[in-house]
Amino acid sequence: MANMAQAIRMALHYAETHLDLKEVFGQDVGAPLGGVFTATQGVKCAWNTPLDERGIIGAAMGLALAGDRAVAEIQFVDYIFNTIDLLKFAGGTSWSTNGNYNMPMVVMSPVGAGIRGSIYHSHSFDAWATRLPGWKVVMPSNPKEAYGMLLAAILDPNPVLFLKPKALMRVKGEELIPGEPEDEKALKAMIDAPLGDRTKWKPKWPKLEEFTVPFGKARIVQEGSDVTLVTYGRHVLVAKEALEQMQGKYSVELIDLRSLYPYDWQCVKNSVLKTKRVLFLNEDTEVTNFGEHLAYRVTQELFYHIHAPPQVLAGKNLPGIGLHPVLEENSVPQTHDIIQAIDNLMSQEP
Amino acid sequence: MAEISLSDKQLVKIYDLMVRSRVLEERMIQIYRRGDAYFWIGGPGEEAFGVALGLLANKGQGPKHDFMHLHYRCTPTLVAMGMADEDALRLIMNRATDINTGGRNFCNHYCYPQWNVAPVSSPIGIQYSVAIGTALSQKRHKSKGVSIITGGDAGSAEGDFASGLIWSSRPGEELPMYITVQNNRWGISTDYATQHGESHVADRGKAFGIRTVLHNGNDPIGVYKGIKEDLEYIRKTGKPVLAEFKVSRLYGHSSASGANRVTGEEDCIETFEKKLIKMKVLTAGDCKEIKENHFETIREKAEAIRNEPAPSVETLWDHTYYQSENADWRNF
Repeated sequence: MANMAQAIRMALHYAETHLDLKEVFGQDVGAPLGGVFTATQGVKCAWNTPLDERGIIGAAMGLALAGDRAVAEIQFVDYIFNTIDLLKFAGGTSWSTNGNYNMPMVVMSPVGAGIRGSIYHSHSFDAWATRLPGWKVVMPSNPKEAYGMLLAAILDPNPVLFLKPKALMRVKGEELIPGEPEDEKALKAMIDAPLGDRTKWKPKWPKLEEFTVPFGKARIVQEGSDVTLVTYGRHVLVAKEALEQMQGKYSVELIDLRSLYPYDWQCVKNSVLKTKRVLFLNEDTEVTNFGEHLAYRVTQELFYHIHAPPQVLAGKNLPGIGLHPVLEENSVPQTHDIIQAIDNLMSQEP
Repeated sequence: MAEISLSDKQLVKIYDLMVRSRVLEERMIQIYRRGDAYFWIGGPGEEAFGVALGLLANKGQGPKHDFMHLHYRCTPTLVAMGMADEDALRLIMNRATDINTGGRNFCNHYCYPQWNVAPVSSPIGIQYSVAIGTALSQKRHKSKGVSIITGGDAGSAEGDFASGLIWSSRPGEELPMYITVQNNRWGISTDYATQHGESHVADRGKAFGIRTVLHNGNDPIGVYKGIKEDLEYIRKTGKPVLAEFKVSRLYGHSSASGANRVTGEEDCIETFEKKLIKMKVLTAGDCKEIKENHFETIREKAEAIRNEPAPSVETLWDHTYYQSENADWRNF
């Protein structure tokens, strides 16, 4: 099966050949590197820019105003912060111009911890992103959906932030992308650039098919009846691991939100009405965390239906992720933290 | 008139547009003072530059035409491009009929997709970054269109200004960008001379191999000729130009600083008027009549617009997403 970097690469190739994607650009996204995670390797319309995040976002905005489809990359989301007013302006363009202009652009950027990335290669952007009205914000948890969400982003007439969990870039999927060869070695030989001299290398793309994941629709990863666990991105995998360690102690309904804004409230609501207990899990810092908004909504709308206060399990409110494993593992939620949070939820009675 | 290549008819047209823009701005200041607007900011003092730019722009929609990335002193340019007075008046009075923003934004924050006029930004300088994208599109479409950017001298300190210089001059990948600075020597209350070591903002282009030009922004004839030459160079070579225009700021920064007429700064309309009278293109009586006609016409329009409806609460969420797809989380 393809990993997420390969899935993103294939989506960009499909889009440049079928969806009129004109430009993929950012620092080191073009040849010879094809992106620091190789997610743009072999993509024909990918090119390198100056080391200038504001120029990258501004260029994407201008292309959108001109009606050209582009995907811009910020190499690590840690470096997107100096573009925040441009992102705000892009998200607000349709509204503030009373619909005269829309801004069909995609910005993709690796997020989160999990690769020993130290202070400035481990940040999350979830809450910041959801405070940029006018943007759609999505985060995949597996290669097939990364493919489908990126194609949906490129087709969307609004600005879309495609947040890539960097720790998942080399994680293989469990389902084939439509058109992906079954033999992963064959896929690797076709689309992974060789080490060394790449000047004459060209990818041989599989015959890919269109597949999109609709925004605002969550996916129930695992059905359950005791507790609802809502997460997204890398922590879908961390949550699954925690549930395996719990060996069926409780019946947990695991929801992959996939799309942070717009989000699938109906899915969350129906699940919480069934289980009466809910945990919102992510690795962003815990104060004014996106999960807090969801917990607030549960409190406001479902208070008389639940058996325990909704919980948010998130990253510690620290300036960054410390490099040493002891620091990182105590900064972002681990499997034992999830188990403890679920135990705590289940211990409470109305 | 051979030496300036402008006919008497063209000179009168330029004068008429400059006066109309000034009268419109002064009416907007009056609207603010009367309490019919919350804020005024605009372009009195930039008419010579702005009108010439508006007349010379290749107006239209899409990458075959020029893109206009204007700052918030751009009424003269829009007037010259054909904007109706009503558009500016409805915008400053936040009427429901405001076609630019639906009552959402300050005056001088225009946008006209049919003329490639990008939304005017309150954050200073971001237009220099956004123009990279429209210029890239023009280059890809092999058009003769130019991405034109206007901004103030204070805003040239922003990183976006450097982005514009760097991206437009990448070797072999130069972009058709007309990077302009209207240097009025002020950033609200801060004197240019206290913050900038460079004698001219335009000098910064030299390090990038960009053609740089200094223009007297108070001389409409010289500016017209200069902009024409600059745009022809960009259309011919596909390469950028950095042009600095020395202009005046005749009513201060905005209503926040009083919007009072300042003394000691050249008024480009007064200078031009004297020149036209001396050249016998117009008489003092003609000039008076032009001013009075615009004054009365715009006054009447403002009075009528004052009674137009305010935005309704039902429009609050409109256009947050394209075609007003629901963006209110309460309805997810």
